[in-house]
Amino acid sequence: MRIELTSIFVDDQRAALDFYTDVLGFTKRHDIPLGDNFWLTVASPEVPDGPELLLEPSDHPAARAYRAALVEDGIPLVQFAVDDVESEHDRLTGRGVVFTQPPTDIGTAVVAVFDDTCGNLVQIVAVKPETVTAG
Amino acid sequence: MADVFRALDDETRRLVLDQLASRDGQTLFEICSILAARHDVSLTRQAISQHLGVLEEAGLIRTERRGRSKYHYFTPAPLAEIARRWPIGQRTEP
Repeated sequence: MRIELTSIFVDDQRAALDFYTDVLGFTKRHDIPLGDNFWLTVASPEVPDGPELLLEPSDHPAARAYRAALVEDGIPLVQFAVDDVESEHDRLTGRGVVFTQPPTDIGTAVVAVFDDTCGNLVQIVAVKPETVTAG
Repeated sequence: MADVFRALDDETRRLVLDQLASRDGQTLFEICSILAARHDVSLTRQAISQHLGVLEEAGLIRTERRGRSKYHYFTPAPLAEIARRWPIGQRTEP
């Protein structure tokens, strides 16, 4: 068993596609019309055969309440690995991205959390190499 | 003032105040993750949320919504009340 696809709910699928590709730098994988919506996935260009992120429409009423409660408490729905949290923070801030948690050293890793503008918080993390083997 | 003393009579709540005093404006998620990572506090988010409620009732923190997230800020005014009641530096050794 392996994780090939995971999903998040987004307010507007086209706006989400723009944010996840143009701002974050992911690549569009699937864009298939499904009624009023789309089967829309992105993936990292750094991992060509890696898992895809499905940008699912958030029109279900439960999805809106669920995401609003998590965003209020600052809880990220998805986590992406980066090489350097500080430089990603600078790059994204320069493109207008709003962070709810600045780069923070939590001992084993550096983390930060930003608003994806589509209704979710995203955590970026760089695990410190020395702590991987030290356990 | 009684609820201020009750609020301070707990190590986790004192750690939360330390954390906000060192950098103000944190979400519940951030407070929980730093307490767990740096202070080995493995309480649930709900427990931390209750601690934050006690601190807010005592006037030691206030919350503010920015965008759709809620941030917590340290408000030391009640601590100044303590210093006014028991001033330091005005007593001379006998």
